[in-house]
Amino acid sequence: MKTDVLVIGAGAAGMAAALSAAKNGARVILTDRDERAGGILNQCIHNGFGLHYFKEELTGPEYAERFSTLLENYQITLLTDCHVHNVKPDRKAVLVSPKGVFEVETKSIVYTAGARERPFGTLMIPGDRPSGIFTAGVAQKYMNIENRIIGKRALILGSGDIGMIMARRLTLEGVEVVAVIERLPYSGGLLRNVIQCLEDYNIPLYLSSTVVEVRGKERLEEVVVAQVDNNYRPIPGTERIFKVDTLVLSVGLIPQVELLWGLVQLDPISKGVSCSNIGQSSSEWIFSAGNCTVVYDLVDYVTMEGEKAGKYAAHYAKGERFETGVPIEIGENVGVIFPRRYVSGEDLVLYIRSKKPIEGATLVVGNFERRFEDVMPSEMIRIKIPSQKIMGFERIVVSLKEE
Amino acid sequence: MKVIVVGAGVVGSLAARELSKYDLDITIIEKNLDIGWGVTKANSAILHAGYDDPVDSNRAKFCAKGNAMYTQLSQELDFEIRRTGSYVVAFSDQEVKTIEELYEQGRINGVPGLEIHDRNTLLEKEPNLNKDVKCGLWAPTAGITEPWMVAIAAVENAVANGVKLVLNEKVVGFEKKGDQIKKVITDKNSYETDLVVNAAGLYADQVALLAGAEYVPLHPRRGEYILLDKKMGSIIKSVIFPTPTKTSKGILVLPTIDGGLLLGPTAVDLQDDMKDHLETTAQGLEQIRNFTRTLVPSLDFSQTVKTFCGLRPESPQKDFFVQASKVVKNFVNLMAMRSPGLTAAPAIAEYVTQEVIQQAMGFKLSKRKDFNPIRRGIKKIVELPLQEWQELVKGDPKAGRLICYCNEVTEAEIVEAIKRGARTLDGVKFRTRAMFGRCQGGFCSIKIMKILERELGKDMSEIVLKSPQSWIVDGKVRE
Repeated sequence: MKTDVLVIGAGAAGMAAALSAAKNGARVILTDRDERAGGILNQCIHNGFGLHYFKEELTGPEYAERFSTLLENYQITLLTDCHVHNVKPDRKAVLVSPKGVFEVETKSIVYTAGARERPFGTLMIPGDRPSGIFTAGVAQKYMNIENRIIGKRALILGSGDIGMIMARRLTLEGVEVVAVIERLPYSGGLLRNVIQCLEDYNIPLYLSSTVVEVRGKERLEEVVVAQVDNNYRPIPGTERIFKVDTLVLSVGLIPQVELLWGLVQLDPISKGVSCSNIGQSSSEWIFSAGNCTVVYDLVDYVTMEGEKAGKYAAHYAKGERFETGVPIEIGENVGVIFPRRYVSGEDLVLYIRSKKPIEGATLVVGNFERRFEDVMPSEMIRIKIPSQKIMGFERIVVSLKEE
Repeated sequence: MKVIVVGAGVVGSLAARELSKYDLDITIIEKNLDIGWGVTKANSAILHAGYDDPVDSNRAKFCAKGNAMYTQLSQELDFEIRRTGSYVVAFSDQEVKTIEELYEQGRINGVPGLEIHDRNTLLEKEPNLNKDVKCGLWAPTAGITEPWMVAIAAVENAVANGVKLVLNEKVVGFEKKGDQIKKVITDKNSYETDLVVNAAGLYADQVALLAGAEYVPLHPRRGEYILLDKKMGSIIKSVIFPTPTKTSKGILVLPTIDGGLLLGPTAVDLQDDMKDHLETTAQGLEQIRNFTRTLVPSLDFSQTVKTFCGLRPESPQKDFFVQASKVVKNFVNLMAMRSPGLTAAPAIAEYVTQEVIQQAMGFKLSKRKDFNPIRRGIKKIVELPLQEWQELVKGDPKAGRLICYCNEVTEAEIVEAIKRGARTLDGVKFRTRAMFGRCQGGFCSIKIMKILERELGKDMSEIVLKSPQSWIVDGKVRE
């Protein structure tokens, strides 16, 4: 099989990339290992998606459907139940599905494989290894797709958005959520979720606390929680035992980049595919967007970046070539940024997470400055930097200056 | 003649398989839901060379021999071994002396190929070792395997040769007539027998006690482990031991069969009533991190995939207790199988069959003519050439549906694992390596639950992780 653009992963980024590549005249193959397009959106039955992109509030499946129904109007071959076994430097990929094993020769790739959840094992929490410990996404899929109750009494570790949304979801379905535990001194998710998912349901949020032991020979029986000091070390004597049969983890997402190992450069901070502002990776024929580049808060942004990567991948397939761009570097108080290189021409759309909460901060990017009342690591900043403000720089440093 | 083997760990499984070469009616009774889920499930997975065991001990008698037997055994039973070789590394003059003693002990124990390598040779082979190393004892026959696969393969082959396997039944007593056991009583059934082989792992002392036979008291020695991702798997090529102390081989760094890196074990002696204390501890994990960094400074613990704990059966004698009972005339103990129990197991299986049961106890066994030594493992489809994979998918579309992405396991392999006896999530995991990878089942565990549901004709709420009460989901959200 031959194609212009191979899009790997049909979640929000992949669907947007495929549509945009096709609108720009490319023949597109869009693959997904699930049975349908939509990715994780399919299991996010709560609303709040699309406020920026569609200016209305949609559920995850509704948001996905807006794109998936469009796919068939274009020159897009959608291959579901299809796993990409490998991608080789000679621009060939091996695809595996129940329909067969075949090689695709492509001119460019848009890699939109998303992220995976940080699993329990990586946290090195001491104790037993019982059943009843779920990552938030798995819990969500059991509840929303498989129609299954995962327990009777639950504790949630990590106040990321999915964790808080699951706290509300479990409560609504009659599972008692005893608390949400957060290691940081502030919530790891959006403020609106703290209010709408926890406060509205009287679910306590314990900050500066963590799980120090899990107990249960078969099913989970007890979780031991302790407060932590400034270095996140548990403080002896502060332990509290929660009798729960379920522990839900919302402890972070990890960009899935393994398929591209050795082919593209990774961002050492986000651990995702390092890209320029047109979504091009260090390998000129591989473009990327979405949570496999940096973990976003809002799907709307993922869509926008997917569209951009799809468009430029199509242009690349037609023979257009792009400059590498100048590096975008992390300055003061900045945790994560995307993209990592700026190709002159368009304005720069920059995504920034601060390293810590700051009251009154000035964002400085080249000759651009903007003051923010409050910045929080949990709330990603998206800002358009006019091209004339960053022209002529050999490197662009992004910093958040405290007042 | 009826034989009951108590315990389907690596020792019981290999003993049952060895006995299945004879005209016998054999039943294995295992209290867990699957094969190899006691001591066998969580240890360092090493085929030891045999230099470490005191001269004239049972450990020395069976280790090097068992090690050599693994080559043919792994071919017959189609499980993986890798002869990585091992190093004992010395950082002080005192340790250099110990290494020289080990070399000598190994020579007497008949360990082939031992060499002492100087610093340069050592660092050339293992460039990521701590540069302060002085020298190392190289044992080329040492290697690694997957202990649970050894047990599963042995039982599958034994069953193909007529052995019966009973899972989820615990031996609670024996019915005796004089100095002979007549029946083995479990919590669910009773089984007539002419001979009992006690391979009950950590609980072998209690089983012997129930039978009124000799035993050595067993206590669990806790060993905690940290498993690192495949990204770290290649920084060490062989099994790296520190210089051992009187009580322990120390905390090791070694590659695993599927490409990860294993660090551990700790060695903490627990009370004899703590045989189910498989919990990891903050101190243990800290100890592993601190110690292994002194061996391999570049270890990156952000690549941790999981931590776990195993218990090994230790006795005051610190040696295997392998003999026929003198008071119960049809009872054999394979007890106190501490390290190197996994390595020794094939040699012990042969010894118990020939020298104990036939010679010492005087049972007349006749060889079966139709014994088939060959068992084939579940085919790892991802390792096939593309052409063959393509052909396979034409006949079985499930061979083209990936379920576990991290380790690339197809639905066909999972269905096959269930056909071969997997009934739980862990049963599938240990047979196929699905859910063993870096996402730890985040993407595939639900898919596997649905396959188990379909293949077993069960409801998801009846499927467990590893033991009867380890349920995963409850009722439905909406009817």
